[in-house]
Formats: sequence, structure tokens, C-alpha cells
Amino acid sequence: MELFLTNLEYPLDINKILRKKKSIKKDLLLNGNFIAKNIAILGGSTTSEIKNILEIFLLKNGIKPKFYESEYNKYYEDALFGSNELDKFSPDIIYIHITNQNIIKYPELKDTPEDVAILLSNELQRYKSIWNSLSKFDCAIIQNNFDYTEDRGLGNLDCYDIHGKTYFINKLNNEFSLNARKMKNLYINDINYLSSYIGLRYWFDKSLWYQAKYAISMESIPELAFNISKIISSIFGRSKKCLVLDLDNTCWGGVIGDDGLDRIHIGTETAISESYTVFQKYVKELKDRGVTLAICSKNDFENAKEGFSHPESILKFDDFTSFKANWNPKNQNILDIAKSINIAVDSLVFIDDNPVERDIVFSRIPSVSVPNVGSDVVEFIAHIDRNGYFEPISIADDDLNRSQYYKDNKKRINKQATFKSYDEFLVSLDMTAEIKSFSSVYLDRITQLINKTNQFNLTTKRYTTGEIDTITLGDEYIKVYGKLTDKYGDNGLIAVSIGRVENRTCHIDLWLMSCRVLKRNMEFAMLDELVSKCKDQDVSEIIGYYYKSAKNSIVSDLYEKFGFNLLEQNDEDAVWKLDIKNYEIKNKFIGVEND
Amino acid sequence: MTREMLFDGVQDIFRDIFDEEDMVIEDKTRSDDVEEWDSLNHINLVSAIEKEFEIRFALEELMALKDVGSMIDLMVKKLK
Repeated sequence: MELFLTNLEYPLDINKILRKKKSIKKDLLLNGNFIAKNIAILGGSTTSEIKNILEIFLLKNGIKPKFYESEYNKYYEDALFGSNELDKFSPDIIYIHITNQNIIKYPELKDTPEDVAILLSNELQRYKSIWNSLSKFDCAIIQNNFDYTEDRGLGNLDCYDIHGKTYFINKLNNEFSLNARKMKNLYINDINYLSSYIGLRYWFDKSLWYQAKYAISMESIPELAFNISKIISSIFGRSKKCLVLDLDNTCWGGVIGDDGLDRIHIGTETAISESYTVFQKYVKELKDRGVTLAICSKNDFENAKEGFSHPESILKFDDFTSFKANWNPKNQNILDIAKSINIAVDSLVFIDDNPVERDIVFSRIPSVSVPNVGSDVVEFIAHIDRNGYFEPISIADDDLNRSQYYKDNKKRINKQATFKSYDEFLVSLDMTAEIKSFSSVYLDRITQLINKTNQFNLTTKRYTTGEIDTITLGDEYIKVYGKLTDKYGDNGLIAVSIGRVENRTCHIDLWLMSCRVLKRNMEFAMLDELVSKCKDQDVSEIIGYYYKSAKNSIVSDLYEKFGFNLLEQNDEDAVWKLDIKNYEIKNKFIGVEND
Repeated sequence: MTREMLFDGVQDIFRDIFDEEDMVIEDKTRSDDVEEWDSLNHINLVSAIEKEFEIRFALEELMALKDVGSMIDLMVKKLK
């Protein structure tokens, strides 16, 4: 059990987390004490594994999450137009996972500075409307900023020419920061930092992007989830409050009781003394932003106190709220410290270079955080910093910020969301589709789509390439594919329907669509085209079949939506019929190019 | 590494990913045979295999995989 837990602290055992996540989760669930929280993930790319790993990190911090996940790349639609499911879910946290893959339009070389400013403002406006629209939930919004693109078309110039992607991303990130400072409840998940920390080469995996539309590499997911969990834990008050330090070989080099004040290592004279000074500076910064400091050391009290009178010591005796230097066991001292400053034991972090002391404290009081810092002071900061023990969500918000927020909020209320209705949004997408009979260039893609689509698939009938060949050539089949393009780009070939004509009746053997284009009205455009082809072949009615599978409940009422009449029902399977004599065109939003 | 050793290593990965300690796979095992083996878990399997054996599959190779056996064969080829 404890073994597993240490995998979830810096340095993360990435492979183990990814491989053993299920058994880690089981073990964590054995702990009794959780607070339950609802977390909505609105993704601009695949988020499945991010959700799974985030769950583990939250469980470790005592938070038991329930998740809502938007459909693939539907973060914008979900945020702006909502969904019943999301409303009902009533999130405590909304996490918006976007990356540079979600930037719609970068500047082109011909663009003037004014054009670039407009592009920037358009991009920013999308997120502002998301944040405004989500404010109705009155919950925390955790928003990714942007990672850099791995490829830089303009080389080093990319970061300062106004047409550079790096430049554009920096500008956007600055704007995000500005908004997060002003807007209550908006928190930035700084993937720009995180991707640098991991290294852009390792952060993004092109192959994984093409395969599964994950916008970050598999091995970056634990770091990302870890980072999000720090913000969430902080929001729910789970951050640690007090840093407890050992003295000899932790706050300074050497042993004050043996070496004396003159001989301990602190200052800038030597490499060793400098490394302790840097550690002290880091600790001092923590104290300056509100972290309580304490000492827990096996030492004579007067000797210990004298150490901080060293002229080069950054930390002074007065910086410590509690100072335990005696010969009692450290676990006893730690409990005394918690008592004397009146905080819970689980909000303490204990740093000691001695593994035996760490072990005593951790084994006696498991709720104290005791990172395995080793014995080299050079590594200590990373253990405190990367574990996010003291992750702050704000620096004591002063009245100035508050009044600014209220002012902004008034403006927000006055401003309408960008689109008044979903229809208006659909119009703005400028969608065009190509819906035509199967042709040889697309047979591979058609077969592939048929054999991997599970959700938006009425019959889940699979076909081999040979069978598709036969159907393509057979006159008795009406077989159409659909490709959809919108202003964000080409979605590719995403819909396939196969009808078999017998005695003026068309039986729909296959009807499927990729979930990539859900809620775009593409299914209506496909039906229009199918009906028109039926009429060409003198068909008078269409029979549709719904065969229930483990994954296709999303389309159980599709034929009903299409206006078909129920013919028979066996358990959850159903047969539907449509008379097409008076069929009315259903698609109003997509311009269609047909045969 | 022999094909058998590779097979055992891959089986361990299956056991971890699906959290079934006594899971047994065969050369002819395919995604249809394992309920939880959906496209997302497939990615997790491939990633774990790439990490464990320090190999990298090309996109086209991945698209051609039919079952466990064809994956192991490909690994044998790559590790030669």
C-alpha cells in the first residue's frame, strides 16, 4: 500500500502508474475517508486516460471524484450551449483540457499587425465566452494555457516575429493569465511550464495524436494529472500548511553541536555552503507567502538556536513558529509541533536528510508527508516544489483585486454570450459536406470506419474489404459516404450508410457516423441524400433497423428523430419504417455536394 | 529474447492493464475476445508494450495488427 503511494509522489514512477492504475485505484479505495466531488472534463482532444490517472491522484489526496467527460472535442459546444447531462451533474470543478492543437487560426505571413491582433482577439474571445457561460455553475474552472508547438516554421524568429506561432502562443498565454488574475474561480493549469519541464520532445507524441487524438504523450499524462490534482487539492483546502525542518545537514552543512557556529556550511563561500543557502532562500520564500515553519531536531536547544545567528543564514530564529530542538523521538516532537501551532497533523511536511528519522516519523504518523528527499540538499527543493504540498490558489487576495473583479463581473453580465442559439452556432461553422456513392479511393477508409465505429452505429454490422467491393459495384445497393468540412478544418470521411433495395423497399443494413461530428446535423444531411437516391431508384419506403449493442445506446432513438414509424420491437431491438413520398429535406446547416 | 519470453511479457502487460491477475491470452486473441479491450485500452496496451520492450511501432504497422500473435511476430522482427 505505502509502496504504491510513493509512486504517486515526485519523482513519479510513470510506467508503473500507467500500467498498474487499476490496482493502484483499488488499493486507494480501501482508505475510508473521502470527500466526494464532481469534476467535469471538457476536452479539446482525447481525455480518457487523463481522467483515469487524475482519479488516482485525487483519491490519494482524499478526494473521490465523479466525472463528466464531454464528447470528443466538444468542449466549446458543452461550455456554451450546455447539456442536460452537464446541468444535472452540477460540477464542483470544470477542467478545460485544450492544447495548441485547439488554436483555430494562426497568423499567416501576409497578415498585417491589425490582422494578427484580430486573430488573437478572436481566439481569446472563444475562451472568454466559455468562461462567462460556465460562470452559471459558480464552480472553479481549471483552464489549460497553451503549450508551444514542437515545430517552429520560422525558427528562432518564431518567438518575436508577429507571424510566429510561438509569439502568438505567448500572447495568448499572457491574456489567459490576465483574465485568471481578474476572474474569481478561474485557475490556470500551466501546461506551458509543464511541457517545458518534461521537454517538448517528450510532451507531444505525433503518432499517438494521429492514432487516438491524444494531444499529449502517454508518458506525460501522469505529470499532467498530478499537476491538475495539485490545483484541485488546493481549491478544496487540502494544501499543507507547515514545513518542519531538521537542522544539521538540512538547514546547514555540518553538525552545529560538534563543528560550532564558525564551521557549519552556510553562505556563498563554497559550493556546499551555497547549496544550503539556496535551500534556505526557497524556504524563506515559502514563509513569506504564508507557510508556517517549524524545527524538529535532535540537538541542544541553545546550540540549535545559535545556528541561525550565523551572519550568512537567510533564515532567522524568529522565522519559526515552533522550534523543537531536544532529544525526544522525532515523532513525539512532530505531534507537539502540530499541537502547539494548532493545526492538523496531516498538514505537516517533514524534511530530514536522515532516512532513519524519516522512517520513524512516517511509520508512526503516516498522515505526515515525509518525502524521500535523500541526503543531498541539492535535491530537497524539488521534493517540496514538485509535490505541490504548498500549492497556493492565490496570494491572499487583497481588496484591490476584489473590487476589480466586481467591476469586471458587471461588464460580463452586460455582454451576451457570442451566440444566441445552437442554430446560430451551427451556421457560424460554415459547414460543407461531400455525400456521394462509394468510390474506390475511399474503400479503405470506409472499411476501417465500418469496423471500428461502435457508438453511432445502428446495426454494428461489420464488413470485409471484399464485401465492400461487392456492394460498391452492386446496383441493388444504395451506398453513400459523407465527408464534412467546417471552418476549423476537414473532418475527413466520417459517415457511411448502406441500403439494400428489394421490391421498391430500401433496407438500411448499415448506418454509422463518427462521434467526431456529433450534433452537427450531418446525420440529417446523410438521410436527405439517401432518400434522394432512393427516389432515383423508384423506392417508396425505407426500413431501418436498430440492434442494441453494449455501446450504441446513443442512437436508440435515431429513427424516431428521423420521423420513422415503429414497425416492430423485440426487447431493445427495433424495426422502423419511413414512407418517403412526402419527405421533407431535414438538413438546414450544411452545404452538400453530391453525385 | 525468445518469442516465448516476449509473449509472457506481453501477457503480463495485459494482466496489468485489465487488472486480471490470471488472464491468459493466446496468439489468436483479438480485441473482440476481451470485453474491455476497446480502442482506448488498445492505445494503453501498445504504449505499455513500447515502453517495456523499448520499441516503437510505426503507424502503418499498428493498423495492420490483427491479433496478439501478429503483434508478437512484429515485435520479434523489431527486436532482432
